[in-house]
Amino acid sequence: MKHLRPVNKKADRIVQTAALMEEDVVALQQQPRPHVPMGCTLSFSPGWEVDAGGGTAGLCQPVERDIYDCYVTCFWPVQVADHVNYSSDWAANCAVATKDWRNLDLVFP
Amino acid sequence: MTSMTALTSGHYRRGEMHEFQAADQPFVYLVSAGAIFALDEGAHAVLRRLEHEQLSHADLVQALLDTGYDRTDAEDLIRELLFVNGIVSDAVRPAIALAPQTPPADFPLQALVLNITNQCNLACTYCYEFGDDKIATPRGKPKYMSLETARASVDFLLEKSAGANGAHITFFGGETLMNFKLLRDVVLYAREQAGAKGRTIGFSLTTNATLLTDEIIAFLSEQEIGVTVSMDGPPDLQDKRRVYKSGKGSYAVIEPRLRKLIAQHRTRAITARVTLTDGVTDVIRIYRHLKDDLGFHEVGFAPVTNSGERDYMIDDSGMDDVLAQFHELADEWLEHALRGQMHGFSNVSETIGELIQGVNKSHPCGAGLGLLGVSPSGDLSPCHRFTDADTHTLGHISIGIDQDKRQDFLSRGHVSAKYECQSCWARPLCAGGCHHEAFVRYGDTGHANLHYCDWIRQWTDTCLRIYGAVSVQNPEFLERFAARKGLS
Repeated sequence: MKHLRPVNKKADRIVQTAALMEEDVVALQQQPRPHVPMGCTLSFSPGWEVDAGGGTAGLCQPVERDIYDCYVTCFWPVQVADHVNYSSDWAANCAVATKDWRNLDLVFP
Repeated sequence: MTSMTALTSGHYRRGEMHEFQAADQPFVYLVSAGAIFALDEGAHAVLRRLEHEQLSHADLVQALLDTGYDRTDAEDLIRELLFVNGIVSDAVRPAIALAPQTPPADFPLQALVLNITNQCNLACTYCYEFGDDKIATPRGKPKYMSLETARASVDFLLEKSAGANGAHITFFGGETLMNFKLLRDVVLYAREQAGAKGRTIGFSLTTNATLLTDEIIAFLSEQEIGVTVSMDGPPDLQDKRRVYKSGKGSYAVIEPRLRKLIAQHRTRAITARVTLTDGVTDVIRIYRHLKDDLGFHEVGFAPVTNSGERDYMIDDSGMDDVLAQFHELADEWLEHALRGQMHGFSNVSETIGELIQGVNKSHPCGAGLGLLGVSPSGDLSPCHRFTDADTHTLGHISIGIDQDKRQDFLSRGHVSAKYECQSCWARPLCAGGCHHEAFVRYGDTGHANLHYCDWIRQWTDTCLRIYGAVSVQNPEFLERFAARKGLS
Protein backbone atom coordinates (compact mmCIF):
# COMPACT_ATOMS: atom_id res chain seq x y z
CA MET A 1 0.00 0.00 0.00
CA LYS A 2 1.29 3.40 -0.94
CA HIS A 3 -1.09 5.75 0.81
CA LEU A 4 -1.77 3.94 4.07
CA ARG A 5 1.00 2.93 6.44
CA PRO A 6 0.08 0.14 8.83
CA VAL A 7 1.12 0.89 12.41
CA ASN A 8 -0.23 -2.05 14.39
CA LYS A 9 -0.30 -5.81 13.94
CA LYS A 10 -3.89 -5.93 12.74
CA ALA A 11 -3.11 -3.34 10.08
CA ASP A 12 -0.04 -5.39 9.05
CA ARG A 13 -2.23 -8.41 8.53
CA ILE A 14 -4.67 -6.46 6.38
CA VAL A 15 -1.81 -5.22 4.20
CA GLN A 16 -0.48 -8.76 3.84
CA THR A 17 -3.90 -9.93 2.73
CA ALA A 18 -4.04 -7.11 0.21
CA ALA A 19 -0.68 -8.14 -1.21
CA LEU A 20 -1.89 -11.73 -1.57
CA MET A 21 -4.97 -10.58 -3.42
CA GLU A 22 -3.07 -8.40 -5.83
CA GLU A 23 -0.69 -11.12 -6.94
CA ASP A 24 -1.51 -13.84 -9.43
CA VAL A 25 -1.75 -17.43 -8.35
CA VAL A 26 1.18 -19.31 -9.90
CA ALA A 27 2.52 -22.84 -9.70
CA LEU A 28 4.74 -23.63 -6.73
CA GLN A 29 4.17 -20.18 -5.33
CA GLN A 30 5.16 -20.77 -1.76
CA GLN A 31 8.45 -19.26 -0.65
CA PRO A 32 11.21 -19.72 -1.65
CA ARG A 33 10.03 -19.79 -5.23
CA PRO A 34 9.73 -22.06 -7.00
CA HIS A 35 8.73 -24.09 -4.00
CA VAL A 36 9.31 -27.73 -4.91
CA PRO A 37 7.82 -29.99 -2.24
CA MET A 38 10.03 -32.69 -0.78
CA GLY A 39 10.05 -35.74 -2.97
CA CYS A 40 8.56 -33.97 -5.95
CA THR A 41 10.36 -33.71 -9.25
CA LEU A 42 9.42 -31.54 -12.13
CA SER A 43 10.77 -33.37 -15.12
CA PHE A 44 9.13 -35.93 -17.36
CA SER A 45 12.17 -37.76 -18.64
CA PRO A 46 11.42 -40.60 -19.02
CA GLY A 47 8.70 -40.17 -16.39
CA TRP A 48 8.44 -38.04 -13.35
CA GLU A 49 9.76 -40.77 -11.10
CA VAL A 50 13.25 -39.40 -10.77
CA ASP A 51 15.04 -37.70 -7.97
CA ALA A 52 16.57 -34.28 -8.03
CA GLY A 53 19.74 -35.70 -9.60
CA GLY A 54 17.90 -37.47 -12.41
CA GLY A 55 18.20 -40.97 -10.90
CA THR A 56 15.93 -43.07 -8.75
CA ALA A 57 18.18 -43.56 -5.74
CA GLY A 58 16.98 -40.51 -3.92
CA LEU A 59 13.25 -40.97 -4.17
CA CYS A 60 11.67 -40.31 -0.84
CA GLN A 61 8.73 -42.64 -1.44
CA PRO A 62 8.22 -45.89 -3.33
CA VAL A 63 7.32 -44.96 -6.89
CA GLU A 64 3.81 -46.37 -6.57
CA ARG A 65 3.13 -44.14 -3.66
CA ASP A 66 3.98 -41.10 -5.70
CA ILE A 67 1.02 -41.66 -7.96
CA TYR A 68 -1.26 -40.78 -5.11
CA ASP A 69 0.97 -38.12 -3.64
CA CYS A 70 0.89 -36.26 -6.87
CA TYR A 71 -2.65 -37.07 -7.87
CA VAL A 72 -4.36 -36.28 -4.57
CA THR A 73 -2.22 -33.91 -2.60
CA CYS A 74 -0.51 -32.01 -5.38
CA PHE A 75 -2.04 -31.17 -8.72
CA TRP A 76 0.66 -29.25 -10.50
CA PRO A 77 2.88 -29.51 -12.37
CA VAL A 78 3.51 -33.25 -12.55
CA GLN A 79 1.87 -35.09 -15.35
CA VAL A 80 -0.94 -36.83 -13.55
CA ALA A 81 -4.60 -36.26 -13.95
CA ASP A 82 -6.19 -33.46 -11.98
CA HIS A 83 -7.94 -34.88 -8.95
CA VAL A 84 -9.45 -31.57 -7.85
CA ASN A 85 -11.34 -30.36 -10.89
CA TYR A 86 -11.70 -32.81 -13.76
CA SER A 87 -10.67 -36.34 -13.00
CA SER A 88 -11.80 -37.07 -9.49
CA ASP A 89 -12.41 -40.76 -10.35
CA TRP A 90 -9.20 -41.31 -12.30
CA ALA A 91 -7.88 -43.79 -9.73
CA ALA A 92 -11.25 -45.32 -8.88
CA ASN A 93 -10.26 -48.69 -10.33
CA CYS A 94 -6.82 -48.67 -8.86
CA ALA A 95 -7.19 -49.60 -5.21
CA VAL A 96 -3.66 -50.92 -4.79
CA ALA A 97 -1.20 -49.21 -7.09
CA THR A 98 1.30 -52.10 -7.15
CA LYS A 99 -1.41 -54.49 -8.44
CA ASP A 100 -3.93 -52.33 -10.20
CA TRP A 101 -1.74 -49.79 -11.99
CA ARG A 102 -2.85 -51.12 -15.36
CA ASN A 103 -6.29 -49.70 -14.66
CA LEU A 104 -4.94 -46.19 -14.68
CA ASP A 105 -5.89 -44.82 -18.04
CA LEU A 106 -5.13 -41.81 -20.14
CA VAL A 107 -7.30 -38.81 -19.60
CA PHE A 108 -9.11 -37.37 -22.58
CA PRO A 109 -10.10 -33.84 -21.81
CA MET B 1 -10.91 -9.90 -5.43
CA THR B 2 -14.01 -7.70 -5.35
CA SER B 3 -12.81 -5.53 -2.56
CA MET B 4 -9.58 -4.74 -4.35
CA THR B 5 -11.38 -3.79 -7.53
CA ALA B 6 -12.41 -0.19 -7.91
CA LEU B 7 -16.17 0.11 -8.21
CA THR B 8 -17.56 2.26 -10.89
CA SER B 9 -21.17 2.27 -9.75
CA GLY B 10 -22.53 3.37 -6.42
CA HIS B 11 -21.41 6.08 -4.04
CA TYR B 12 -18.58 6.20 -1.56
CA ARG B 13 -18.85 7.29 2.03
CA ARG B 14 -16.46 7.11 4.96
CA GLY B 15 -16.16 3.78 6.74
CA GLU B 16 -16.53 3.39 10.49
CA MET B 17 -13.46 4.98 12.02
CA HIS B 18 -11.96 7.29 14.56
CA GLU B 19 -9.49 9.82 13.19
CA PHE B 20 -6.75 11.27 15.30
CA GLN B 21 -3.59 13.32 14.94
CA ALA B 22 -0.26 12.42 16.44
CA ALA B 23 3.21 13.83 15.77
CA ASP B 24 1.54 16.20 13.27
CA GLN B 25 0.30 13.31 11.17
CA PRO B 26 -3.20 12.05 10.48
CA PHE B 27 -4.11 8.52 11.58
CA VAL B 28 -7.23 6.38 11.47
CA TYR B 29 -8.40 3.74 13.89
CA LEU B 30 -10.61 1.43 11.84
CA VAL B 31 -13.42 0.03 13.89
CA SER B 32 -14.30 -3.05 11.87
CA ALA B 33 -10.81 -4.48 12.41
CA GLY B 34 -9.12 -2.59 15.22
CA ALA B 35 -6.40 -1.65 12.73
CA ILE B 36 -4.42 1.60 12.88
CA PHE B 37 -3.08 3.27 9.74
CA ALA B 38 -1.10 6.44 9.20
CA LEU B 39 -2.56 8.36 6.25
CA ASP B 40 -0.73 10.23 3.57
CA GLU B 41 -2.03 13.59 2.35
CA GLY B 42 -4.16 12.07 -0.39
CA ALA B 43 -5.89 9.54 1.84
CA HIS B 44 -6.53 12.24 4.39
CA ALA B 45 -7.95 14.50 1.67
CA VAL B 46 -10.35 11.77 0.51
CA LEU B 47 -11.70 11.37 4.04
CA ARG B 48 -12.09 15.17 4.31
CA ARG B 49 -13.91 15.26 0.97
CA LEU B 50 -16.34 12.55 2.13
CA GLU B 51 -16.94 14.14 5.48
CA HIS B 52 -20.25 15.76 4.54
CA GLU B 53 -21.25 14.15 1.26
CA GLN B 54 -21.13 10.91 -0.66
CA LEU B 55 -19.41 10.82 -4.03
CA SER B 56 -19.62 8.54 -7.05
CA HIS B 57 -16.46 6.87 -8.26
CA ALA B 58 -16.14 9.27 -11.19
CA ASP B 59 -16.62 12.33 -8.97
CA LEU B 60 -14.09 11.13 -6.42
CA VAL B 61 -11.54 10.38 -9.13
CA GLN B 62 -12.20 13.79 -10.65
CA ALA B 63 -11.75 15.45 -7.26
CA LEU B 64 -8.36 13.77 -6.94
CA LEU B 65 -7.38 14.66 -10.51
CA ASP B 66 -8.21 18.29 -9.69
CA THR B 67 -5.76 18.21 -6.80
CA GLY B 68 -2.96 17.00 -9.04
CA TYR B 69 -3.21 13.20 -8.90
CA ASP B 70 -2.80 11.19 -12.05
CA ARG B 71 -5.56 8.74 -12.82
CA THR B 72 -3.72 5.54 -11.92
CA ASP B 73 -2.65 6.92 -8.59
CA ALA B 74 -6.17 8.15 -7.84
CA GLU B 75 -7.58 4.69 -8.62
CA ASP B 76 -4.93 3.08 -6.42
CA LEU B 77 -5.74 5.36 -3.55
CA ILE B 78 -9.45 4.62 -3.76
CA ARG B 79 -8.76 0.89 -4.01
CA GLU B 80 -6.57 0.94 -0.92
CA LEU B 81 -9.11 2.86 1.13
CA LEU B 82 -11.86 0.51 0.01
CA PHE B 83 -9.82 -2.54 0.88
CA VAL B 84 -9.28 -1.48 4.49
CA ASN B 85 -12.89 -0.23 4.84
CA GLY B 86 -11.65 3.33 5.25
CA ILE B 87 -14.28 4.15 2.66
CA VAL B 88 -17.25 1.99 1.76
CA SER B 89 -19.47 1.85 -1.29
CA ASP B 90 -23.22 1.46 -1.25
CA ALA B 91 -22.82 -0.76 -4.30
CA VAL B 92 -21.30 -3.41 -2.08
CA ARG B 93 -23.65 -5.12 0.27
CA PRO B 94 -21.99 -5.11 3.69
CA ALA B 95 -21.23 -8.48 5.17
CA ILE B 96 -23.95 -9.57 7.54
CA ALA B 97 -22.88 -8.77 11.08
CA LEU B 98 -22.03 -11.88 13.00
CA ALA B 99 -24.72 -12.91 15.42
CA PRO B 100 -23.54 -13.51 18.98
CA GLN B 101 -21.94 -16.87 18.88
CA THR B 102 -21.12 -19.00 21.82
CA PRO B 103 -17.61 -20.34 21.61
CA PRO B 104 -17.35 -24.10 21.33
CA ALA B 105 -17.86 -26.05 24.54
CA ASP B 106 -14.21 -27.04 24.51
CA PHE B 107 -12.96 -23.43 24.37
CA PRO B 108 -9.64 -23.72 26.18
CA LEU B 109 -9.44 -22.45 29.72
CA GLN B 110 -6.37 -20.32 30.40
CA ALA B 111 -6.83 -19.09 33.93
CA LEU B 112 -8.69 -19.77 37.13
CA VAL B 113 -9.24 -17.29 39.91
CA LEU B 114 -9.38 -19.24 43.16
CA ASN B 115 -11.25 -17.41 45.89
CA ILE B 116 -9.49 -19.32 48.61
CA THR B 117 -11.46 -17.52 51.28
CA ASN B 118 -14.44 -15.20 51.38
CA GLN B 119 -13.31 -13.81 54.74
CA CYS B 120 -11.50 -10.51 55.12
CA ASN B 121 -9.74 -8.80 57.99
CA LEU B 122 -10.51 -5.36 56.59
CA ALA B 123 -13.90 -3.76 56.13
CA CYS B 124 -13.35 -1.36 53.24
CA THR B 125 -16.57 0.57 52.98
CA TYR B 126 -16.83 0.34 49.18
CA CYS B 127 -16.11 -3.39 48.86
CA TYR B 128 -18.11 -5.09 46.11
CA GLU B 129 -18.07 -8.33 48.05
CA PHE B 130 -19.24 -7.03 51.41
CA GLY B 131 -20.46 -3.46 50.82
CA ASP B 132 -23.92 -2.14 50.00
CA ASP B 133 -23.84 -3.33 46.41
CA LYS B 134 -22.75 -6.87 47.17
CA ILE B 135 -24.18 -9.67 45.08
CA ALA B 136 -22.47 -12.50 46.98
CA THR B 137 -24.68 -14.79 49.05
CA PRO B 138 -22.12 -16.56 51.23
CA ARG B 139 -24.52 -17.56 54.02
CA GLY B 140 -24.20 -21.25 54.86
CA LYS B 141 -21.27 -21.76 52.48
CA PRO B 142 -17.69 -22.64 53.40
CA LYS B 143 -15.58 -19.66 54.45
CA TYR B 144 -12.28 -21.22 53.43
CA MET B 145 -11.54 -23.35 50.40
CA SER B 146 -10.59 -26.91 51.28
CA LEU B 147 -7.46 -28.54 49.92
CA GLU B 148 -9.67 -31.05 48.16
CA THR B 149 -11.55 -28.33 46.26
CA ALA B 150 -8.30 -26.53 45.47
CA ARG B 151 -6.68 -29.66 44.08
CA ALA B 152 -9.77 -30.45 42.05
CA SER B 153 -9.52 -26.90 40.65
CA VAL B 154 -5.91 -27.40 39.62
CA ASP B 155 -6.79 -30.70 37.93
CA PHE B 156 -9.75 -29.02 36.23
CA LEU B 157 -7.55 -26.19 34.94
CA LEU B 158 -4.86 -28.52 33.61
CA GLU B 159 -7.45 -30.69 31.92
CA LYS B 160 -9.41 -27.84 30.35
CA SER B 161 -6.29 -26.02 29.18
CA ALA B 162 -4.66 -29.09 27.65
CA GLY B 163 -2.94 -28.17 24.42
CA ALA B 164 -2.13 -24.65 25.57
CA ASN B 165 1.41 -23.73 26.55
CA GLY B 166 0.77 -22.26 29.93
CA ALA B 167 -1.99 -21.97 32.46
CA HIS B 168 -2.45 -19.43 35.21
CA ILE B 169 -3.90 -19.41 38.70
CA THR B 170 -4.78 -16.19 40.48
CA PHE B 171 -5.41 -16.37 44.21
CA PHE B 172 -8.10 -14.06 45.45
CA GLY B 173 -10.32 -13.43 48.46
CA GLY B 174 -11.71 -12.10 50.74
CA GLU B 175 -8.24 -11.49 51.95
CA THR B 176 -6.16 -14.09 50.15
CA LEU B 177 -3.46 -14.35 52.81
CA MET B 178 -5.99 -15.40 55.45
CA ASN B 179 -5.64 -18.79 53.78
CA PHE B 180 -1.93 -18.69 52.98
CA LYS B 181 -1.41 -22.26 54.07
CA LEU B 182 -3.74 -23.45 51.33
CA LEU B 183 -2.13 -21.11 48.82
CA ARG B 184 1.26 -22.67 49.52
CA ASP B 185 -0.08 -26.19 49.22
CA VAL B 186 -1.85 -25.36 45.96
CA VAL B 187 1.26 -23.82 44.40
CA LEU B 188 3.33 -26.87 45.24
CA TYR B 189 0.63 -29.28 44.09
CA ALA B 190 0.01 -27.38 40.85
CA ARG B 191 3.73 -27.19 40.02
CA GLU B 192 4.04 -30.91 40.59
CA GLN B 193 0.98 -31.77 38.47
CA ALA B 194 1.95 -29.39 35.67
CA GLY B 195 5.54 -30.65 35.74
CA ALA B 196 4.38 -34.25 35.41
CA LYS B 197 2.49 -33.26 32.26
CA GLY B 198 5.39 -31.21 30.88
CA ARG B 199 3.36 -28.04 31.27
CA THR B 200 4.11 -24.69 32.87
CA ILE B 201 1.84 -22.87 35.25
CA GLY B 202 2.01 -19.30 36.54
CA PHE B 203 0.60 -17.72 39.66
CA SER B 204 -0.44 -14.36 40.99
CA LEU B 205 -2.36 -13.08 43.93
CA THR B 206 -4.21 -10.02 45.08
CA THR B 207 -3.89 -8.94 48.67
CA ASN B 208 -4.48 -6.01 51.00
CA ALA B 209 -0.92 -6.56 52.33
CA THR B 210 -1.89 -6.49 56.00
CA LEU B 211 -0.83 -10.09 56.61
CA LEU B 212 2.46 -10.19 54.70
CA THR B 213 5.30 -11.76 56.66
CA ASP B 214 8.94 -12.44 55.83
CA GLU B 215 8.11 -16.09 55.34
CA ILE B 216 5.27 -15.30 52.93
CA ILE B 217 7.35 -12.78 50.99
CA ALA B 218 10.18 -15.30 50.62
CA PHE B 219 7.74 -17.91 49.33
CA LEU B 220 6.16 -15.51 46.83
CA SER B 221 9.54 -14.48 45.49
CA GLU B 222 10.93 -18.00 45.35
CA GLN B 223 7.84 -19.28 43.50
CA GLU B 224 7.74 -16.27 41.16
CA ILE B 225 4.23 -15.31 42.14
CA GLY B 226 3.01 -11.95 40.82
CA VAL B 227 1.55 -9.70 43.48
CA THR B 228 -1.15 -7.06 43.14
CA VAL B 229 -1.79 -4.97 46.22
CA SER B 230 -5.17 -3.31 46.61
CA MET B 231 -4.44 0.07 48.14
CA ASP B 232 -5.60 3.61 47.71
CA GLY B 233 -2.55 5.82 48.32
CA PRO B 234 -0.82 7.80 51.05
CA PRO B 235 -2.09 7.53 54.67
CA ASP B 236 -4.86 10.12 54.52
CA LEU B 237 -6.39 8.52 51.39
CA GLN B 238 -5.71 4.88 52.24
CA ASP B 239 -7.25 5.25 55.70
CA LYS B 240 -10.39 6.93 54.44
CA ARG B 241 -12.09 3.73 53.33
CA ARG B 242 -9.57 0.89 53.61
CA VAL B 243 -10.21 0.29 57.28
CA TYR B 244 -10.50 -2.47 59.87
CA LYS B 245 -13.90 -3.31 61.27
CA SER B 246 -13.10 -1.00 64.19
CA GLY B 247 -12.73 1.87 61.74
CA LYS B 248 -8.98 2.05 62.18
CA GLY B 249 -7.03 2.75 59.01
CA SER B 250 -4.69 0.16 57.52
CA TYR B 251 -1.85 2.29 56.17
CA ALA B 252 0.42 2.05 59.19
CA VAL B 253 0.09 -1.74 59.17
CA ILE B 254 0.84 -2.26 55.51
CA GLU B 255 3.57 0.31 54.92
CA PRO B 256 6.52 -1.58 56.47
CA ARG B 257 5.24 -4.82 54.93
CA LEU B 258 5.06 -3.27 51.47
CA ARG B 259 8.57 -1.92 51.71
CA LYS B 260 9.82 -5.40 52.55
CA LEU B 261 7.75 -6.99 49.82
CA ILE B 262 9.07 -4.62 47.17
CA ALA B 263 12.65 -4.91 48.38
CA GLN B 264 12.72 -8.69 48.72
CA HIS B 265 10.39 -9.98 45.99
CA ARG B 266 12.44 -9.50 42.83
CA THR B 267 11.10 -12.18 40.51
CA ARG B 268 7.82 -10.61 39.40
CA ALA B 269 6.35 -7.14 39.04
CA ILE B 270 4.61 -5.77 42.10
CA THR B 271 1.53 -3.82 41.12
CA ALA B 272 -0.76 -1.50 43.05
CA ARG B 273 -4.43 -1.37 42.18
CA VAL B 274 -6.17 1.80 43.34
CA THR B 275 -9.91 2.23 43.73
CA LEU B 276 -10.99 5.82 43.17
CA THR B 277 -13.86 7.02 45.35
CA ASP B 278 -15.38 10.30 46.47
CA GLY B 279 -12.53 12.29 48.03
CA VAL B 280 -9.94 9.80 46.79
CA THR B 281 -9.38 11.28 43.36
CA ASP B 282 -5.94 12.76 43.81
CA VAL B 283 -4.53 10.55 41.07
CA ILE B 284 -1.15 12.19 40.68
CA ARG B 285 -0.40 12.38 44.37
CA ILE B 286 -1.44 8.73 44.76
CA TYR B 287 0.70 7.70 41.78
CA ARG B 288 3.76 9.55 43.08
CA HIS B 289 3.41 8.02 46.49
CA LEU B 290 2.94 4.46 45.29
CA LYS B 291 5.49 4.58 42.48
CA ASP B 292 8.18 6.88 43.84
CA ASP B 293 7.87 6.65 47.63
CA LEU B 294 6.92 2.98 48.01
CA GLY B 295 8.47 1.69 44.78
CA PHE B 296 5.64 -0.25 43.10
CA HIS B 297 6.54 -1.21 39.55
CA GLU B 298 3.12 -0.44 38.16
CA VAL B 299 0.07 1.41 39.41
CA GLY B 300 -3.42 1.07 37.94
CA PHE B 301 -6.55 3.02 38.79
CA ALA B 302 -10.26 2.30 38.48
CA PRO B 303 -13.29 4.20 39.73
CA VAL B 304 -15.27 2.26 42.33
CA THR B 305 -17.99 -0.08 41.06
CA ASN B 306 -21.34 0.94 42.49
CA SER B 307 -25.05 1.08 41.79
CA GLY B 308 -24.95 4.82 41.13
CA GLU B 309 -26.51 5.74 44.47
CA ARG B 310 -23.64 5.44 46.91
CA ASP B 311 -22.09 8.23 48.92
CA TYR B 312 -18.61 6.97 48.07
CA MET B 313 -19.15 7.19 44.32
CA ILE B 314 -17.38 9.85 42.26
CA ASP B 315 -19.68 12.44 40.72
CA ASP B 316 -19.28 13.76 37.17
CA SER B 317 -17.08 16.71 38.09
CA GLY B 318 -14.95 14.34 40.14
CA MET B 319 -14.56 12.14 37.09
CA ASP B 320 -13.54 15.12 34.96
CA ASP B 321 -10.88 15.88 37.53
CA VAL B 322 -9.71 12.25 37.46
CA LEU B 323 -9.52 12.28 33.69
CA ALA B 324 -7.51 15.52 33.67
CA GLN B 325 -4.96 13.90 35.97
CA PHE B 326 -4.97 10.72 33.89
CA HIS B 327 -4.03 12.89 30.92
CA GLU B 328 -1.16 14.42 32.83
CA LEU B 329 0.19 10.97 33.67
CA ALA B 330 -0.43 9.87 30.09
CA ASP B 331 1.76 12.74 28.85
CA GLU B 332 4.43 11.54 31.22
CA TRP B 333 4.03 7.99 29.88
CA LEU B 334 4.63 9.34 26.36
CA GLU B 335 7.72 11.30 27.42
CA HIS B 336 9.11 8.15 28.98
CA ALA B 337 8.34 6.09 25.88
CA LEU B 338 10.04 8.61 23.61
CA ARG B 339 13.11 8.33 25.81
CA GLY B 340 12.81 4.57 25.59
CA GLN B 341 11.79 4.10 29.21
CA MET B 342 8.89 2.16 30.69
CA HIS B 343 6.44 4.15 32.77
CA GLY B 344 4.43 2.57 35.55
CA PHE B 345 0.97 3.96 34.79
CA SER B 346 -0.69 0.72 33.82
CA ASN B 347 -3.93 2.29 32.57
CA VAL B 348 -1.92 3.46 29.55
CA SER B 349 0.29 0.38 29.30
CA GLU B 350 -2.69 -1.99 29.17
CA THR B 351 -4.39 -0.08 26.38
CA ILE B 352 -1.18 0.31 24.39
CA GLY B 353 -0.71 -3.46 24.59
CA GLU B 354 -4.17 -3.95 23.09
CA LEU B 355 -3.56 -1.34 20.41
CA ILE B 356 -0.33 -3.04 19.33
CA GLN B 357 -2.30 -6.22 18.66
CA GLY B 358 -5.33 -4.47 17.24
CA VAL B 359 -7.67 -6.47 19.43
CA ASN B 360 -11.30 -6.59 18.40
CA LYS B 361 -13.21 -8.06 21.29
CA SER B 362 -16.39 -10.08 21.17
CA HIS B 363 -16.57 -9.79 24.95
CA PRO B 364 -15.13 -7.18 27.30
CA CYS B 365 -12.86 -9.67 29.04
CA GLY B 366 -12.11 -13.36 29.36
CA ALA B 367 -14.76 -14.03 32.01
CA GLY B 368 -16.63 -17.22 31.16
CA LEU B 369 -14.31 -17.77 28.17
CA GLY B 370 -10.69 -18.44 29.07
CA LEU B 371 -11.17 -17.47 32.69
CA LEU B 372 -13.43 -18.73 35.46
CA GLY B 373 -13.74 -17.99 39.15
CA VAL B 374 -13.95 -20.71 41.80
CA SER B 375 -15.58 -19.93 45.14
CA PRO B 376 -14.48 -21.51 48.44
CA SER B 377 -17.32 -24.03 48.04
CA GLY B 378 -16.16 -25.00 44.53
CA ASP B 379 -18.89 -23.14 42.64
CA LEU B 380 -17.74 -21.86 39.26
CA SER B 381 -18.51 -18.29 38.27
CA PRO B 382 -17.57 -16.05 35.33
CA CYS B 383 -14.85 -14.37 37.42
CA HIS B 384 -13.86 -13.56 41.00
CA ARG B 385 -16.36 -10.71 41.15
CA PHE B 386 -19.26 -13.15 40.91
CA THR B 387 -17.92 -15.48 43.57
CA ASP B 388 -20.53 -16.90 45.91
CA ALA B 389 -23.35 -15.18 44.00
CA ASP B 390 -26.02 -17.86 43.60
CA THR B 391 -27.57 -16.13 40.60
CA HIS B 392 -24.33 -16.31 38.63
CA THR B 393 -22.93 -19.79 39.16
CA LEU B 394 -21.73 -21.50 35.99
CA GLY B 395 -21.45 -24.98 37.42
CA HIS B 396 -19.32 -26.62 40.09
CA ILE B 397 -15.73 -27.78 40.11
CA SER B 398 -16.90 -31.37 40.73
CA ILE B 399 -19.21 -31.51 37.70
CA GLY B 400 -17.66 -28.93 35.40
CA ILE B 401 -19.14 -26.04 33.46
CA ASP B 402 -22.90 -25.69 33.12
CA GLN B 403 -22.92 -25.05 29.36
CA ASP B 404 -26.45 -23.62 29.24
CA LYS B 405 -25.71 -21.01 31.86
CA ARG B 406 -22.41 -20.20 30.27
CA GLN B 407 -24.06 -19.78 26.90
CA ASP B 408 -26.64 -17.44 28.42
CA PHE B 409 -23.93 -15.38 30.08
CA LEU B 410 -21.81 -15.15 26.94
CA SER B 411 -24.72 -14.35 24.60
CA ARG B 412 -25.77 -11.48 26.84
CA GLY B 413 -22.25 -10.17 27.13
CA HIS B 414 -21.44 -10.30 23.40
CA VAL B 415 -20.72 -6.84 22.04
CA SER B 416 -23.14 -7.23 19.16
CA ALA B 417 -25.95 -7.86 21.65
CA LYS B 418 -25.39 -4.40 23.12
CA TYR B 419 -27.40 -1.93 21.09
CA GLU B 420 -25.63 1.23 22.19
CA CYS B 421 -22.21 -0.17 21.31
CA GLN B 422 -23.08 -0.56 17.63
CA SER B 423 -22.47 3.11 16.86
CA CYS B 424 -19.43 3.52 19.11
CA TRP B 425 -15.95 3.57 17.61
CA ALA B 426 -14.34 2.38 20.86
CA ARG B 427 -16.17 -0.95 20.93
CA PRO B 428 -13.30 -3.14 19.66
CA LEU B 429 -11.46 -2.38 22.91
CA CYS B 430 -14.32 -1.82 25.35
CA ALA B 431 -17.02 -4.23 24.16
CA GLY B 432 -19.43 -2.67 26.64
CA GLY B 433 -17.27 -2.91 29.74
CA CYS B 434 -17.20 -5.05 32.88
CA HIS B 435 -20.00 -7.65 33.20
CA HIS B 436 -20.01 -7.24 36.98
CA GLU B 437 -20.15 -3.46 36.87
CA ALA B 438 -23.08 -3.72 34.45
CA PHE B 439 -24.92 -6.08 36.76
CA VAL B 440 -24.44 -3.87 39.80
CA ARG B 441 -25.48 -0.77 37.88
CA TYR B 442 -28.23 -2.07 35.59
CA GLY B 443 -29.15 -5.50 36.92
CA ASP B 444 -27.96 -7.21 33.71
CA THR B 445 -24.48 -8.46 32.92
CA GLY B 446 -25.24 -7.84 29.24
CA HIS B 447 -26.00 -4.13 29.63
CA ALA B 448 -23.47 -1.69 28.17
CA ASN B 449 -21.86 0.40 30.91
CA LEU B 450 -23.35 3.63 29.62
CA HIS B 451 -22.22 5.66 32.62
CA TYR B 452 -18.63 5.64 31.41
CA CYS B 453 -18.95 5.69 27.61
CA ASP B 454 -17.73 9.28 27.20
CA TRP B 455 -14.93 8.58 29.57
CA ILE B 456 -13.81 5.46 27.70
CA ARG B 457 -13.90 7.23 24.35
CA GLN B 458 -11.81 10.12 25.64
CA TRP B 459 -9.35 7.76 27.23
CA THR B 460 -9.08 5.56 24.14
CA ASP B 461 -8.47 8.65 22.02
CA THR B 462 -5.69 9.72 24.38
CA CYS B 463 -4.05 6.31 24.19
CA LEU B 464 -4.37 6.28 20.38
CA ARG B 465 -2.58 9.62 20.17
CA ILE B 466 0.18 8.31 22.41
CA TYR B 467 0.39 5.21 20.24
CA GLY B 468 0.56 7.26 17.05
CA ALA B 469 3.27 9.53 18.43
CA VAL B 470 5.42 6.62 19.61
CA SER B 471 4.91 4.81 16.29
CA VAL B 472 6.41 7.81 14.49
CA GLN B 473 9.05 9.00 16.93
CA ASN B 474 10.24 5.81 18.61
CA PRO B 475 8.83 2.74 16.82
CA GLU B 476 11.46 0.44 18.37
CA PHE B 477 9.92 1.15 21.74
CA LEU B 478 6.64 -0.45 20.66
CA GLU B 479 8.50 -3.56 19.55
CA ARG B 480 10.31 -3.81 22.85
CA PHE B 481 7.09 -3.13 24.70
CA ALA B 482 5.31 -5.90 22.78
CA ALA B 483 8.13 -8.34 23.49
CA ARG B 484 8.12 -7.46 27.16
CA LYS B 485 4.37 -7.92 27.41
CA GLY B 486 4.61 -11.21 25.56
CA LEU B 487 2.66 -9.85 22.58
CA SER B 488 5.11 -10.58 19.81
